[in-house]
Parts: sequence; C-alpha cells; structure tokens
Amino acid sequence: MKAVSGRAGRFLVGLAPYAWLVLFFLIPFLIVFKISLSEARMGIPPYMPLVEWADGAVAQWHISLAGYGALFSDDLYALAYLSSLRLAAIATIGCLLLGYPAAYAIARSPGHVRQPLLMLVALPFWTSFLIRVYAWIGILKNEGLLNMALQALGIIDEPLQILETDWAVSIGMIYSYLPFMILPLYATLEKMDLSLLEAAADLGCKPFKAFLAVTLPLSMPGIIAGSMLVFIPAVGEFVIPDLLGGPDTLMIGKVLWAEFFDNRDWPAASAVAVAMLVVLVVPIMAFQHFETKRAEREG
Amino acid sequence: MADNAVKRNAPTPWTDGASAPLIHFEGISKRFGDFVAVDHVDLAIYPGEFFSLLGASGCGKTTLLRMLAGFETPTGGRILIDGVDMTGIPPYERPVNMMFQSYALFPHMSVEDNIAFGLKQDGLAKAVIRDKVARSLDLVQMSRFAGRKPHQLSGGQRQRVALARCLAKEPKVVLLDEPLAALDKKLREQTQLELVNIQDRVGITFVMVTHDQGEAMTMSSRIGLMNAGRIEQVGSPVEIYEYPGSRFVADFIGAANMFEGTVKGGGGRLAIACPELAHDLEVAHADPLPAGSAVTVMVRPEKMMISRDKPEAGLNWAEGVVADIAYLGDVSIYHVRLTSGRKVQALQTNLRHTEEQRLTWDDAVHLSWHPANALVLTR
Ligand SMILES: Nc1ncnc2c1ncn2[C@@H]1O[C@H](COP(=O)(O)OP(=O)(O)O)[C@@H](O)[C@H]1O
Ligand SMILES: [Mg+2]
Repeated sequence: MKAVSGRAGRFLVGLAPYAWLVLFFLIPFLIVFKISLSEARMGIPPYMPLVEWADGAVAQWHISLAGYGALFSDDLYALAYLSSLRLAAIATIGCLLLGYPAAYAIARSPGHVRQPLLMLVALPFWTSFLIRVYAWIGILKNEGLLNMALQALGIIDEPLQILETDWAVSIGMIYSYLPFMILPLYATLEKMDLSLLEAAADLGCKPFKAFLAVTLPLSMPGIIAGSMLVFIPAVGEFVIPDLLGGPDTLMIGKVLWAEFFDNRDWPAASAVAVAMLVVLVVPIMAFQHFETKRAEREG
Repeated sequence: MADNAVKRNAPTPWTDGASAPLIHFEGISKRFGDFVAVDHVDLAIYPGEFFSLLGASGCGKTTLLRMLAGFETPTGGRILIDGVDMTGIPPYERPVNMMFQSYALFPHMSVEDNIAFGLKQDGLAKAVIRDKVARSLDLVQMSRFAGRKPHQLSGGQRQRVALARCLAKEPKVVLLDEPLAALDKKLREQTQLELVNIQDRVGITFVMVTHDQGEAMTMSSRIGLMNAGRIEQVGSPVEIYEYPGSRFVADFIGAANMFEGTVKGGGGRLAIACPELAHDLEVAHADPLPAGSAVTVMVRPEKMMISRDKPEAGLNWAEGVVADIAYLGDVSIYHVRLTSGRKVQALQTNLRHTEEQRLTWDDAVHLSWHPANALVLTR
C-alpha cells in the first residue's frame, strides 16, 4: 500500500489529465474520423461499418472518401469555411478593440475595485448562454430595442435590418466571447511592471507613445491568448449564427448541423468536422509555436 | 597619492557663495493622506556634485527623488532645476534621468535599443544615436553585450546598462535610487569607485539615494542625512562624521560614545559636569554656552586611547574594566565598563604582530581623549 501511495500514486495523478484527454477528445475524434471514412447508407446507423467479417474469416473493407469528396465537389463547404474564418476574424478584432481598453482600465484601477470589475466581466456566465443570445434577438429585431431607440432619437426613419444578417452574428459573437478576451489581457496587463512606464516617461517619452512602445509589445502574450480563445470557438460557432443569422449566413457549424440532422449524411458531416479540426489545429499550432519561442527568448 | 588627492581638492561650490545651485528644493513637502513622507525640505545641490540622500528605510529619500524626477507631485513647496520652476512639468520634459532601483530595463528590447530609447525620443539622427549609444556602452564597458536582452545579463551588467541609459541623454542631473543595493558585497564595493570615476569623467551632477552609510561616505561630495521626512544635516562626509550637528546624526553615522552633562562654564573650552564620570570634562567648543545648559559630549571610539596607565595631564579620562573585545584583525574594539556601569567603546589599531601587554578581559584600564577630539551636542 505504501509503495502505491508514493511513486505510483504520483504517476497515476500525472496520468489523469491524459486519461481525460484520451477518453473525451481522442476517442470521440477517432469515432468521427472512422465515420468520415465510411459509406453512407439509409438505416440505423446511417453508415456502413468499416470492416465486415464475411463468413467469419475474410475481412471486407468498406472505405469511402465520398465524405471528403463532397467537401470539394460542392463549393458550399469552401465558402462556409471562408465565411466562418471571416466572421471569426471580425469577432476577434471586435473583441480586441473593446476588450483591450476594458482590460487596461481594470488592470490600472485601484486594487479594491479590480475584483468587483472582474466579477462584472464574468457575470454573464451566470445566465444561460442560449438565453443571452435570445435576448439579442429582442434588441436587434426590426421592432426591437435598438431600432426603436434610433427611431425615437430621429437618427433613422426606417428600421435597420440587422437581425438575420452577418452584422447580428458579429455582434452576438463579440458580445459572447468578450470575457475570453478581457481576462487573459487583464492578466498580462496587471502583472506588468509599472516602473517601465515611469522609465519611458523619464527618458522623454509621452504617455501614448509609451503605450505603443512598451505596454502594447509587453501585452502581446495576452493579445495572442485572448485572440485564440475567441477565434477558435468562433470558427465553429453554431448557436449564434443559427439564432441571429439569416438564411444567407454561411458558417461551418450550420453546415455541419444540416449535414447531420437534415441530410442524415453522417460520413459527409464527419468529414466536415475533421476538416474543421484541421482548420482550427493550424492556428493552435501556430500559437504554441509562438509561445514556446517567446518563452525561450524571455527565459 | 595624487589620485586620492583629486577628490579632496575638488571645488566646493556650496561654500563659496557665488555659485548658483543646480537643484533647489524650497520647502518641499509630500503627504500621503495623513502621513507626512517629506517634511519641509530645503536643500541646494550644486553642479558637478555627487550628492547622497542618506537615511533609514522609510525616511522619505525615494519620495524626495521621485518628486525631483516628476513622478510625485509635492504637496507643498517647489523645486527649481537650473533656475526653472519644475511645478507642473511632466517627467518627460525634465532635464533629469533616473536610474530605478529595479533598473526598469525594457525586457523586450536589446541593450542597444534600451539605451537608444531615450535618444529616439529627442528625434536625433540615426547616426548620432548610434554614436551616442556606442559611447555610453563603452563608458560602462558593456559594448560586447549590445545585442543581448536584459534577461540574458547578470545583475551587475543590468545595473551598468541602466546607468548607460541615463547617461546617454546627457541630462543635467542623474538620479540613482539605491543603485548598488541589488549587487553582492564585493561587486558593490568595486562599483562604488567605478561609479564615482564615471561621474568624474562625464561631469554630470549625481543625486543618489542610499541607506548604506559606508556607500554614502565613500562616494559622495556631500551627504544629506534624512530622518523622518526631514533633512537632519547636510555636509561633506568628513563634516558629517567629525562634526555631527545632533545626537541623531552622531548616532547614525559610525559609532559614538555619548555622555550627558551640564555646562559649568568656560569660553573656547567648556567645562562640563558629567554625573557618570568622576571628574569634569573639558571640550573645545567655539560658541559660548550659558552655565547650566544640558549638553551631550560625544567621543568617537577611535579618538579614545586605552591603556592600563594613568593618562597624562590635560586629557579627559575615564576609568573602567574591559568587558568585551572584538578583534577584527586590523583593529580591535574594546568595550569598557565604566564605574557607573555604562559601556563605552574604544577602537585601537593593532600596530604590531605581538603586543607584550595586550589588553585582555577584566583588565582595569584608563580611557583618555584630547579636549579637541570630543564634541558638544546641544540637540
Ligand atoms: N505612494 C505612496 N502612498 C502612500 N505612502 C507612501 C507612498 N510612497 C511612499 N510612501 C510612504 O512614505 C514613506 C517614505 O517612503 P520612501 O520615500 O520610499 O522611503 P525610503 O526611500 O527612504 O525608504 C514610507 O513610510 C512609505 O510607506
Ligand atoms: Mg527607497
């Protein structure tokens, strides 16, 4: 018993996160990958097994690349990928433009108000994500709060068509992902040594220039972390484009849904999912690469 | 010898009355809420000085320096630099550069870029900047490390880069906040002399903050000794040590034996009655003091002679027994218990390898000192 609680125990604890990853990420991915290589059929499940054991001994392989072929035969998929990347990029930039000043203001506010402000940033998480996105329908629709307010102020005569456009999707994504941008930015800005800014001022640098020359480069890790946390889930987002977008809103998450549930073409849907993972893994790898290089440089 | 004489013969503009101070604190105060960190400081610092603000931790040295740099706004008084009132002038427009206690080097920039940073703000031409950076690096012997990032340097090297960054802009004043505090003892002692040499070469006025009296004594042309937000005394290291103006200064700088007493009379030489001693003390003192004034007589340990024999006439003396001996090799410090029970320190140089009659514990001894080597303190 004693021996187990020692080295073996530590080994098991170290293994736990890997076990988690294998169980809940790798295995499901392999299942999806397997389905993506299967032949579609009518029935339950709606795909053929990969290997059939005819007469108990001879293996019969049913490998089909039709799912992947579909990705290239119809440019709907390519357009959906590009559109997803574009909307995710807009959401990321929007979050950065709103989140940076917010994170900066929190990090530079007096110590006793920082915690309450951070609580406010995290507060939306206490309400269901779905309900919060629904609430945006009430704000953005033609006879919604925003249009009524703009009309009451005399800024517009006719209601603006925002809901069911990419505008609404962008607004919804920026709103939903903003905390994921603010929190890592806050973390880097908060630990920055403020005497660096005094040194910059001392050397003749005005505050805004000092921000560009010192604060901005030193907060780069936070900018990158926040952007990754926004961009990656935004690419695969389904709920927001489904609720706020229109029929023209093309996002890979919606295509995936349609493929699975409307067309019941599981192999094609799985191929879309695998391709999406590849699209997402590339930025993650880039991020990791940048991070390790930075860590090496900064020691 | 000639080298050592340089500092001693250096000009003393604070005595000649004709020179204008480069930095003038006029009734400068700073409070943080209810707390008074700096309390009505009046101080003049002259061009070319190496001025040290010395004092215990928390006495307001850094705050005073930061007001000079423009990082703190005084709550009272004003600061003039070269005759210009600095009130309302932001740090980036002041003709001073500060070396921060943490060095505050930009971690994302190379050594070279760190030093060029201040020059770029002045909008100098690229070639001029390159030239000045090279000269600054040369001055602190860091040319080989121009391309390194701060985290690739040792503490001592970072300190040099920080100094070079200040000097590159050729400011009127360089401010140094505990510049050597982060270095280990040996490096610190080397760097003390080097810093003085560099200051001598560039001829820029240095104002340094330190809590280390040895450092202040070694490096400064003058010292401003601070106590609880006030300047207690300003003077050259010799003045501060030999002629402290108050008990606080006498006690803070070096070791001091102090005897409380009452003036009995006399002019030029005062006779002072000390209840602790069997006889009256005679102390040279220029200003007449009325009989009956309560005073303190201060004698530095090295000014006390110690021997078994009775001292010659004309000297002040006290009797006691050796209670403790601190043998430091070059010198020994004898802690002598007087008849009153008070302990007094006497310091003697160990002139010979062997002393036939080396003093030892419990020896009955006489301490003696010349009237000119004691000091009367009235506060
Ligand atoms: N920003 C501040 N707010 C409140 N108190 C401060 C501030 N800066 C310094 N103090 C206080 O002022 C006193 C003097 O500080 P400082 O000038 O840093 O001392 P020193 O450099 O002599 O050690 C200290 O008691 C310190 O706590
Ligand atoms: Mg300090």
